[in-house]
Amino acid sequence: MTSLAIPSTFDVASLRADFPILGREVNGHPLVYLDSANTSQKPRQVLDVMRAHHERHNGNVSRSVHTLGTEATLAYEGAREKVAAFVNAPDPAEVVFVKNSTEAINLVAYAFSNASVTPGSDPRFRLGPGDEVVISEMEHHSNLVPWQLLCERTGATLRWFPITEAGRLDESGLDTLVNERTKLVSIVHMSNILGTINDPSRIVARAREVGALVLLDCSQSVPHLPVDVRALGVDFIAFTGHKMLGPTGIGVLWGRGELLDAMPPVLGGGSMIETVTMEKSTFAPPPARFEAGTPPIVEAIGLGAAIDYLSEIGMPAVQAHEQEITEYALSALESVPTLRIFGPTVTEGRGGTISFALEGIHPHDVGQVLDDEGVEVRVGHHCARPVCVRYGVPATTRASFYVYTTTEEVDALVRGLERVRKVFG
Amino acid sequence: MQFDQLYQEIILEHYKRPHGRGLREPFGGEAHHVNPTCGDEVTIRVAVAGDKLADVSYEGMGCSISQASASVLHDLLADQPVDEAFKVHDAFVELMQGRGQVEPDEELLGDGVAFSGVARYPARVKCALLPWMAFKDAAVRAGVAVGPEVKA
Ligand SMILES: Cc1ncc(COP(=O)(O)O)c(C=O)c1O
Repeated sequence: MTSLAIPSTFDVASLRADFPILGREVNGHPLVYLDSANTSQKPRQVLDVMRAHHERHNGNVSRSVHTLGTEATLAYEGAREKVAAFVNAPDPAEVVFVKNSTEAINLVAYAFSNASVTPGSDPRFRLGPGDEVVISEMEHHSNLVPWQLLCERTGATLRWFPITEAGRLDESGLDTLVNERTKLVSIVHMSNILGTINDPSRIVARAREVGALVLLDCSQSVPHLPVDVRALGVDFIAFTGHKMLGPTGIGVLWGRGELLDAMPPVLGGGSMIETVTMEKSTFAPPPARFEAGTPPIVEAIGLGAAIDYLSEIGMPAVQAHEQEITEYALSALESVPTLRIFGPTVTEGRGGTISFALEGIHPHDVGQVLDDEGVEVRVGHHCARPVCVRYGVPATTRASFYVYTTTEEVDALVRGLERVRKVFG
Repeated sequence: MQFDQLYQEIILEHYKRPHGRGLREPFGGEAHHVNPTCGDEVTIRVAVAGDKLADVSYEGMGCSISQASASVLHDLLADQPVDEAFKVHDAFVELMQGRGQVEPDEELLGDGVAFSGVARYPARVKCALLPWMAFKDAAVRAGVAVGPEVKA
């Protein structure tokens, strides 16, 4: 699945100079930022594009004939084209801009909800008692709670794939779990807590057999590895700009054009209509149908700049770099006494996000001591509480890597963990 | 250094060797509180006899700050007159919400003053307050008066 054959072709030290924040200190130490799975840092190139837009081209999109409005619209639609190309979508109109992954997933859930109560709607989106939605135990709450709520509203049943002890998706029950009653399968591409990268091919093939739709939560994969929606063969993907060097406030729902066409609107308002009378409205085709109101314009443009930045490096090189760091980190962490890793302990089929526990020491305390050394990790249940329950821990400590991560930073983490053990040992 | 003020020896001591841990009978009220962001948990039981808190017992799971705080709470409140207990409760809450600007009353708070450094770490104030919020609920259920609102 992962290829180490591609060498990292970029110089991490010079790349780091693009990220102003990496030059700061935290608690008297150089910042060691190991929380990119939470949110990534932003290069100057992205910040500059956003600033230039506000300073030179600001106008609302799709509503003005004036020069500024035209420039803003061109930049916004240009960002859509960049996103489409980045994930190899056949058509930019299949890219819907939303606020984040959470909103993208909820958009699909509410389209199902609305279709379920609208006579004459497309049967693929109609849910009721007896129908099933399938997720996994590995999901971020954003790909779990919306489906719980949808099932509560419609009377459908929620089912899920379990996780194996090694941190892989347990597909042994695939054929019974995904069956004739299944309307949708929604699973994570790369787990934000275990680092596992799922290969959705068997699930997609089974979903096709039974006529179910497939959504892939790509929040952690699109930022870190090449993602090709045509090769994946799924129906929808969701991802979020702030985890891929872009700003907060912008996310993407990609959906197959024919499906977006068949989906009822979710938010009503300006820009999503065709004609409006006092009695009734008709709706614009996608993506406008799903982008009611003034969108996050400069954020979309910032995401486009982030995609330019990542494309310049090349996603295979980004992935290769993170594989190197992950391999280094896995063996460095294994040298720490009493440390237990949750999730795959080999680089195959995993990304650069590593959750672990130090025996008898609470992650809050681990994170606090590390912060005192300038090492920023995330502690808690990482919005994936069922995963913690699965492994019998209330929380974990998580280090996550990106293009700018160095082996020296991994060393700083390991040194910090030694200090944690001294304080609490 | 700030950090040493956060993890004062007294806190680490209470964490490693907690006082009065374990849920005991009889009790008049019980409350279970969870910190949803990190999964820390604490259960507090309050037993009232006349105008005294005959016992405050607890069980919990979590970081050093939340668990040490429960141990200190037990030391300070068990076997105290109800009025006195709420004075201590209110003083501790005030200290935690004071962003490091409140001068703690050592007479009243005992080992609780060790938590004054925690008040400078907004992310950890919730940990320190967790047992105290649970105590307040347990006390209400045990039928004794309550102090002002706790905002964490
Ligand atoms: C796998 C996964 N799904 C969904 C999300 C939600 O992303 P956002 O908070 O940007 O909506 C995240 C990030 O927190 C994630 O890691």
